[in-house]
Amino acid sequence: MSVLLILIPLSLVVAALFLGAFIWAVRAGQYEDTCTPSMRVLADDGTVRGPKSEGFENQPARTR
Amino acid sequence: MAGKEAAIACFHCGTACVAGRHARGGREFCCSGCQTVFELLSEAGLDRYYELGDGVRARVDAASSVESFRFLDTPEVRGRFVDFEDGQVTRVTFQLPNIHCLACVWLLENLFRLQPGIGKSTVHFPRKQAVITFDPRVTKLSDVATLLDSLGYPPELRLSDLEKPPVNPATRRMWLQTGIAGFAFGNTMLFSISIYLGLDAFSGPSFLRMFGVLSLLLSIPVITISAREYWEASLRALKHRQIPIEVPIAFGIVAIWGQSVWEVLSGTGEGYFDSLAGLLFFLNIGRIFQQKTFDRLAFDRDYRSFFPLSVMRRRGESEERVALAQIAVGDRLVIRHGELLPADARLLGGAAMIDYSFVTGESEPVAKTAGEVLHAGGRQQGGAIEVETVKAVNQGYLTDLWNQEAFRKTKDNTFGTLTNTYSRRFTWIILGIAVAAALGWMPFDPSRGLKAFISVLIVACPCALALAAPFTLGSAMRVLARRRIFLRNPEVIETLAQVDAVVFDKTGTLTSSGTGDVRWSSADRGELTAEEAAAVRAVAVQSTHPLARRVSDALAEMGLARVEVADFREVAGCGVEGRVDGRRWRLGSPAWLRQGGVEVRESVAPGSRVAVEVDGESRGEFTVGGEVRPETDALLKALGGRYELALLSGDNERERERFAGLFGNAAKLHFNQGPLHKLGFIRDLQKAGRRVLMAGDGLNDAGALRQADVGVAVTEDVASFSPASDVILQAGEVPRIAAILDFSRRVVRVVRISFLVSTAYNVVGLAIAASGKLSPIVCAVLMPLSSVSVVLVACGLTEWVGRRAGVAGRVISSTAVHSVPMEAKKP
Repeated sequence: MSVLLILIPLSLVVAALFLGAFIWAVRAGQYEDTCTPSMRVLADDGTVRGPKSEGFENQPARTR
Repeated sequence: MAGKEAAIACFHCGTACVAGRHARGGREFCCSGCQTVFELLSEAGLDRYYELGDGVRARVDAASSVESFRFLDTPEVRGRFVDFEDGQVTRVTFQLPNIHCLACVWLLENLFRLQPGIGKSTVHFPRKQAVITFDPRVTKLSDVATLLDSLGYPPELRLSDLEKPPVNPATRRMWLQTGIAGFAFGNTMLFSISIYLGLDAFSGPSFLRMFGVLSLLLSIPVITISAREYWEASLRALKHRQIPIEVPIAFGIVAIWGQSVWEVLSGTGEGYFDSLAGLLFFLNIGRIFQQKTFDRLAFDRDYRSFFPLSVMRRRGESEERVALAQIAVGDRLVIRHGELLPADARLLGGAAMIDYSFVTGESEPVAKTAGEVLHAGGRQQGGAIEVETVKAVNQGYLTDLWNQEAFRKTKDNTFGTLTNTYSRRFTWIILGIAVAAALGWMPFDPSRGLKAFISVLIVACPCALALAAPFTLGSAMRVLARRRIFLRNPEVIETLAQVDAVVFDKTGTLTSSGTGDVRWSSADRGELTAEEAAAVRAVAVQSTHPLARRVSDALAEMGLARVEVADFREVAGCGVEGRVDGRRWRLGSPAWLRQGGVEVRESVAPGSRVAVEVDGESRGEFTVGGEVRPETDALLKALGGRYELALLSGDNERERERFAGLFGNAAKLHFNQGPLHKLGFIRDLQKAGRRVLMAGDGLNDAGALRQADVGVAVTEDVASFSPASDVILQAGEVPRIAAILDFSRRVVRVVRISFLVSTAYNVVGLAIAASGKLSPIVCAVLMPLSSVSVVLVACGLTEWVGRRAGVAGRVISSTAVHSVPMEAKKP
């Protein structure tokens, strides 16, 4: 059972990684607009290639 | 002229159109603008635009030329609009009010296929914005704006955008706070459950200790980050000597955390960290919900939002577009049809027909002669005029009006909100109970007395109470928003529930300005024949006067043949004349025709009149309403019993009889009212102890709307028009004002019920706590349970109440939003 003494803090570290990912997502602006992406996917016919992202910071990369 | 049906609908915008006039590939269009969009899109392979979305597309009458956007390329203006620029790439955010469906999003994100140089474009649907990147070496900002305009998405370029940077909502922080609380909540719960289930019984105290310390560590970001709003609000409250709901919550948080830390450090228990994190998680979710509900509309736009950004200035023989801020006194400006006067100016030349509906409420344009001073805010109708400014832009008549003390009003200090009134009482009661419990136990068991004191504070933490009002009022706002009724903030509902006097403006509120019938009447010569109607339309269509437009639009529905007009002449303020097939037609005001020696009958019918004469003889006349909206009768009846009613109109007394019948005898009807009269009337009502709802439209009512306890702005176009007001109501929904008031009263009752539910939980919790035996597991179950059930009760009841009051349900057609002619949006 004493292995739990290591495993539990370790699990917290993993959980903290996910929290970090969430914080990154919020900072990157993914929560600014939760409405448009849901519409975008409906209109996506898969044949159109968008222009390359210009790689501005703070702008969510759009996957096509 | 509702006799014949519209023949064909435009393939692009759905407007009725004449067959064969603009046709392409077997499809009919109403105008060259719509046809151009179609051709543009089909050449670029973007036909899918017509398959997606709700099929509502704005009519593209005649796209503005690139010249009208050229001012965007001047460095001062450009610098204000552009978000980012490095010589190779420019990024700009445009406000596009016409964004309304899936097809819009798709088209705007495929802009790069329409014009070289445009890169990625991203739409923010709720804000109706598009972020567009382009290569400044290939295309210009003005070209991008022109493209958007020609597609039927004219960018909204406002003066106010130039003056303050766009507000970035604090939603990011809210999401972070919620995420951190949720993270701590989930992980602490895992530790706590094993403790509740008796893990320590066989694993020994070492786990208990570790879990305690880990929970304590996890709680630190919760206290410092997620609970930050409650510390800040409590500090503010101390300064203002008030007790808003944040104060008892902050009390509770301190009590829970302090007790838990002490238990863990002293090794006497495992604390209440799970309850604490859960509590803040729910509270923050409540805040996000609240924020999302009224994120969409910016209410605090002022009159400058209506002003154009640029104007044509004449220097010698050349003309140039300049930004408004660069205009100096003495500049010569050219004002075209449909443009607003940005500053007080003297008329130099041209046929000025100024529509002052923003200022006085009168929709009839006023004819002005050279030398007269025209006031800012007037809109030119007809040909171009040349003016010389006499005042700088920020000293215009409207600015003076707006800057008067009477027009300024802060609505923050009106009265305490429901929650805060309740929480004030609540806080004192809880403190009383806590002290009583402590004193009660002191003589027998001092340590238990202390525990009871803290337990009461923990259990009584009014988390559920704090959630009740935001969720009830928030879902009420959603119910209303589905019907295109938008509120400034949730507190407006509480004020609505207290209203006891309702004041209406006439034009545009009770009467519809753009949709009333156009009726033909003739004493002895009967209906117009098809040839005659075609001739009348051909003459009327030449003019931009609103009445002429209404007549020609009504006749266009008949699908008439096109005929040529010769010798056309427009007499400003009087009428138009022209020759068709050798007959001379004159359309205009009865007085003008009488001057020409024609016999025109007197008429008692309400509405504006357009008399028609052919070859010197009266042919009859059109009556253009000013129709009272349908259901107005029912609305006034429904309001009559409960509210004091009044009508204020900028128009003359012509229609007093008619409205006296509608309003009944008790109501006050006032005509010839200017903005200050209206304001004074509202203030007098308030002095008499009334809580006043004022429904009106236009800038001329802005003062009265602000002064009223609830100002309802009635608008044909929710997206692009919003003077300072508390409620924005789509024009067609005016008859629902009675239902809205009814709904608000019911909603306030729902809030009270939710308070009762949360109080019931508190009574149970308090009974346990006061006995001094509160266990963490009871706390961990009771707190989320009370929060979740209060939220469910609040949202469910609100939805039900909405259905009962008849405001639930969705407005199915959104065409009304787009029925506004495009030029009305492009001052």
